[in-house]
Amino acid sequence: MTSLPASPSATKLGLVIDLDICVGCHACAVNCKEWNDGGHSAPLTDHDPYGADPWGVWFNRVHTYETGDGADSRTVHFPRSCLHCDEPACVTVCPTGASYKRGEDGIVLVNADLCIGCKLCSWACPYGAREYDDTDGVMKKCTLCVDRIYNETFAEEDRVPACVSTCPANARHFGDLGDPGSAVSQLVAERGGYELMPEMDYRPVNRYLPPRPRKVSAGDTGAAAALTPVDHSTDPSTDGNLPVGGTGSRLLDWVDNMLSR
Amino acid sequence: MNPAYSVIFFTTASGTGYGLLALLGLFGATGRLPADPWLGVVGLGMALALVTAGLLSSTFHLGHPERAWRGLTQWRSSWLSREGVVAVVTYLPAGLFGIGWVFVGNTGSFWAVCGILAALLAVITVACTAMIYASLRTIPRWSNGWVLPVYLLMALAGGGVTTNLLCALFAVGPSWIGWFAAGTITLAWAAKSAYWVSIDDALPRATAESATGLGSLGKVRMFEPPHSGTNYLLQEMGFRVARKHARKLRRLSLLVGGALPLLLCVVAAIASAGWVSVLAALAATAGFCVGIVVERWLFFAEAEHVVMLYYGAEAA
Repeated sequence: MTSLPASPSATKLGLVIDLDICVGCHACAVNCKEWNDGGHSAPLTDHDPYGADPWGVWFNRVHTYETGDGADSRTVHFPRSCLHCDEPACVTVCPTGASYKRGEDGIVLVNADLCIGCKLCSWACPYGAREYDDTDGVMKKCTLCVDRIYNETFAEEDRVPACVSTCPANARHFGDLGDPGSAVSQLVAERGGYELMPEMDYRPVNRYLPPRPRKVSAGDTGAAAALTPVDHSTDPSTDGNLPVGGTGSRLLDWVDNMLSR
Repeated sequence: MNPAYSVIFFTTASGTGYGLLALLGLFGATGRLPADPWLGVVGLGMALALVTAGLLSSTFHLGHPERAWRGLTQWRSSWLSREGVVAVVTYLPAGLFGIGWVFVGNTGSFWAVCGILAALLAVITVACTAMIYASLRTIPRWSNGWVLPVYLLMALAGGGVTTNLLCALFAVGPSWIGWFAAGTITLAWAAKSAYWVSIDDALPRATAESATGLGSLGKVRMFEPPHSGTNYLLQEMGFRVARKHARKLRRLSLLVGGALPLLLCVVAAIASAGWVSVLAALAATAGFCVGIVVERWLFFAEAEHVVMLYYGAEAA
């Protein structure tokens, strides 16, 4: 059924991505590709994989943007994947019932056995989450690693999406965004997490945490705004003069002077 | 958007076919056209051939054409599914109407009901086609109020020029059919011109700032794309046609598909019968077909998808 769940559960599994921390290493994208190439939607076909012009199906792409100008400009790494929207038009436009949103946790999935490969769902997605596999003739997308997060053969700490488990900077968080008390929801509340393209009205579940304000003055880092000048007048070793790169020993200063010529 | 030739052929051929079917149903049922078997065979045959060829062509761009029947199941939520269902259902009254016209020689009473029903379903099918595009908020140039009237009026104009051609060939039909065809052409291209003005004047619906949420940090520019090569999104959604060509093609389609058939339909109406009106009606149909294919190609090629905001577009 491509109609949305009539009585969805309050659980909304999703990701929170911290744009302040992301270093743009692409590890999440690579581990996503690696896991999903053998997972629910396998294979993620590549064309010319070892040649000069490789391209293929990926569920996670890391863009890099520059914002502002001059001294105020910043570089922001920006991972982009399925946001598992509450109003996913990619699901409702599907003519076959292949695309569906799960009532129990909100994950948006494709049943590859029903997909006719009409591509309409990819047209309906504002976020570019769906990529067509022209070898399989079906549409593929991020599954939120549905084959990991409920996988009881994994240790509990490993039951997170591949992108989250691999992030070396801890910029990606997984959890229930429908529960206001969850760690991810609190992180969103604390850091002002936001939706992408809210004007499209797809009500995405995933949230992005904005880069923190830049620290430009010494005071912003917690240091004193200015250093207190040192009073050398009472220091007998300098005869009241400021030592200029001195060591405090006349012999060593003389050696230093000689060697510096 | 990448203009898939199978989809362009589908929307133009089936649109014209449904327009012709609707007018034959309407004019046949109300006695404006005689229940002549050959007129029925050629007219309804042409309409259903155009519709069927279009529908078959639309399955060519599918990854799994053998599963196309599954597309009829989700009519509750999907305009594409609704289009498929109504398209299939239309064959029933259209086929019955054809039997009445061709084999029974009667387009009245029960057969007239079939004709009117076929006309109604033809209009609904074209409306569903239009709504597939008009319902996509992600493509601002498609989710535009003019898309539905343009699709309906272009189908009506296609029906108008082809009905005019049939009337000229068989020397039948009301004397005003040429003027009627000219009227439908005028309406269709007036709506299309209004659409073009509308999309040219439209304010952007989303920006690189809203797509990334980074607007508070200043103007957002792409510094590095996520991949060095191409991908599906760039091939499907990133297709762009040079603006100067788009303008030229708009003028070409308006001239060849609008002004020329309009003039020729008026010539056919004034000539009223004989080889002049046949030639004029034939040329009008040919011109309209070329014009509408260019128009439909532009509909795809000029459409911009908001996902390109992630790939360096500033606004969409």
